[in-house]
Amino acid sequence: MSGRVLVGVKRVIDYAVKIRVKPDNTGVVTDGVKHSMNPFCEIAVEEAVKLKEKKLIKEVVAVSCGPQQSQETIRTALAMGADRGIHVDVSGKDYENLGPLQVSKILAALAKQEDAQLILLGKQAIDDDCNQTGQMTAALLDWPQGTFASEVSLEGDKINLVREIDGGLEHIKINTPAVITADLRLNTPRYATLPNIMKAKKKKIVTVKPADLGVDVTSRLEVLKVEEPPQRQAGRV
Amino acid sequence: HLVPVFCLAAHRCARLLQKIKTEHATPQLYTALHRRACSTVSTPRITTHYTIHPRDKDPRWEGVEMERFADEADVVIVGGGPAGLAAAIRLKQLANKHEKELRVCLVEKAPQIGAHTLSGACLEPSALTELIPDWKERGAPLNTPVTEDVFSILTEKYRIPVPILPGLPMQNHGNYIVRMGNLVRWLGEQAEELGVELYPGYAAAEVLFHEDGSVKGIATNDVGIAKDGSPKDIFERGMELHAKVTLFGEGCHGHLAKQLYNKFNLRENCEPQTYAIGLKELWMIDEKKWRPGRVEHSVGWPLDRNTYGGSFLYHLNEGEPLVALGFVVGLDYTNPYLSPFREFQRWKHHPFVAPTLEGGQRIAYGARALNEGGCQSIPKLTFPGGLLIGCSPGFMNVPKIKGTHTAMKSGMLAAEAIFPKLTAETLDSETAGLHVPEYAENLKNSWVWKELYAVRNIRPSFHNYFGLYGGMIYTGIFYWIFRGKEPWTLKHCGTDANQLKPAKECTPIEYPKPDGKISFDLLSSVALSGTNHEGDQPPHLTLKDDSIPVARNLGIYDGPEQRFCPAGVYEYVPLDTGNGMRLQINAQNCVHCKTCDIKDPSQNINWVVPEGGGGPAYNGM
Repeated sequence: MSGRVLVGVKRVIDYAVKIRVKPDNTGVVTDGVKHSMNPFCEIAVEEAVKLKEKKLIKEVVAVSCGPQQSQETIRTALAMGADRGIHVDVSGKDYENLGPLQVSKILAALAKQEDAQLILLGKQAIDDDCNQTGQMTAALLDWPQGTFASEVSLEGDKINLVREIDGGLEHIKINTPAVITADLRLNTPRYATLPNIMKAKKKKIVTVKPADLGVDVTSRLEVLKVEEPPQRQAGRV
Repeated sequence: HLVPVFCLAAHRCARLLQKIKTEHATPQLYTALHRRACSTVSTPRITTHYTIHPRDKDPRWEGVEMERFADEADVVIVGGGPAGLAAAIRLKQLANKHEKELRVCLVEKAPQIGAHTLSGACLEPSALTELIPDWKERGAPLNTPVTEDVFSILTEKYRIPVPILPGLPMQNHGNYIVRMGNLVRWLGEQAEELGVELYPGYAAAEVLFHEDGSVKGIATNDVGIAKDGSPKDIFERGMELHAKVTLFGEGCHGHLAKQLYNKFNLRENCEPQTYAIGLKELWMIDEKKWRPGRVEHSVGWPLDRNTYGGSFLYHLNEGEPLVALGFVVGLDYTNPYLSPFREFQRWKHHPFVAPTLEGGQRIAYGARALNEGGCQSIPKLTFPGGLLIGCSPGFMNVPKIKGTHTAMKSGMLAAEAIFPKLTAETLDSETAGLHVPEYAENLKNSWVWKELYAVRNIRPSFHNYFGLYGGMIYTGIFYWIFRGKEPWTLKHCGTDANQLKPAKECTPIEYPKPDGKISFDLLSSVALSGTNHEGDQPPHLTLKDDSIPVARNLGIYDGPEQRFCPAGVYEYVPLDTGNGMRLQINAQNCVHCKTCDIKDPSQNINWVVPEGGGGPAYNGM
């Protein structure tokens, strides 16, 4: 076992910012808007770093797909304790159309390339709320998946997982290698403190293109229109 | 009397409280232990911050590791605004020119450079051209030259046009309408290219001192302290950044500068600083109403002639029909019922303003305090180990309503004064910070001082029976004709906090209800600022004495903080027991404007920096 964990981190618009639809209704305004790491990805990074601190795994590799600014998000993961980063460079129109299917193909390719034992992801991103990438990645790799994890423990070459489901908590045991997606109560992410940010500047981030991994990022979906939800009308009592 | 009996009961109560194990308890701990001679009603505990309740006496902090990681730089700059960035850029330019290695670190509390920047703004490009002569080729976002300049006195229904004669300070020929947040972001990119280490998201929380009392550097904020002041599992100490010299560019009314004034007695020979609050919105308007390059200013309605303030409305020209508009109110106002936010909202309904906004959409909101003291209020600028730059000491030209060009120039002058000393062979900075008094001398000999001196009497001239009109006449005579050469210097009236009259001497103001199309309510406005803070941290709006707000601010002044805070942080709500009120501080709403620290009539509020990365998320404001 390589003892290597791949953690996916996504750069999204910060959750407290008010979203504005572009005047041409093709998307939302992102220029200059405050972005941060997807909160569920932070939880995934924290879990990976915790596993490394318990000496159950050897290396944490942070991955992000997006434009140049995604490197800032990888930098934050490095500051939280990841060892190195991989930036999959996707920008412009390709980035606007990037969705779970392409990302999961990229992650699957990277998992094979890096000989990963575990892939840790957030359960969903707060911008598209898709909740698909983890599941698709597991399917592409034909790996077991433990989604909505609220507790993770490694037992030899198996993983004990507690999942948060509609009916309550489900306890499962899965083989490795596996894909796990983090839910809110898995842990409380640590802060990326300044000394760690400074140290993170010395850690390596490698940039690759999707084509290098043999992945075609053309989207099968076409966005027709983006509009604001209808104004709430006053209720009647 | 009752007091000894009460104290006995209190003592017993306190012993019982200590027995209860509190695990991140919500802050409703009743402190009947107040030994101060205030009300016998127990005040709910509001302030839990360690600057008011020190941790070395707090049993919850026993055994917690408090050592900090430290690093050394040549220069540390606090604040990533125009002044701080101009200083950083100038330092690196000099270092590259003279082929010297210089480590310049800049810390900024905003999550990204420009996110806490808010300004009108009509930029005078003089300082920028001095700093980066090829700013245009490098893509600086100065896209809107001023084409039209309009000044009005407003009455409730009408408008009196005032000709802007050449030579008056509010003339804007040659200037650019800019989105200051974007310019600051661009300056940040220039600084990074030159090798400055920028650390947005980390706030300077503490000044560090050498044994001899000189400034050694700063420490960034601790993280992971719960709302009740106890350490969380993820608690981590901030980091110490040591430097040979530290530049403080925190902007108007910086919280570290406040401490430095006291420590080094920097304000003993100057007048207290006076301020105004500026509120601003960005609107996407109907294209038919858009007149790119047009600058509009007004005074008068809705303020009365004795309340200083006015409005601005600038048509940007960046490819979309965007206007920046806002309202400024001098914080020396006397009526505690005045709400700067609601004055701003009702001004927008004036027949001269409303048509521009009809059919448009508001996309941003924010507020910030600004300086109005001019050169009378500039403190001593240097002290062993540090210097003050930018709006922190305060170089704003009030009648021009511009302070960015002078702030940048002060940063550049600071860099130029420090550089030779940093690279001098004889340097003993292990135990003492550098003192650079040359900076202050150079500033006094520069165009910054000349400009500020010429307009020094305009703002104070407002304090006469005729208020605004007296001020305008004074400006016309002494500035326009005599260019500020009159031999006297008028004084301000004292601190802004002391100007409030008791509520019973004043009339409440009837503000119209917001219509939801042109004017809006406070909370939806605050949502547009994108402001947020980690919820589980001690409120950063600390009170020196938790009982004073209800006893004094509410009792005498009817709680002016409910009205002057542009973010709805302060609310007086009924006590759970039903009799009496308590102050509720909604710290998460704070937009870091500093108005409360300035205008609190009891000077009981001390704004300290929250966890870095919190605060507004302005985009090109």
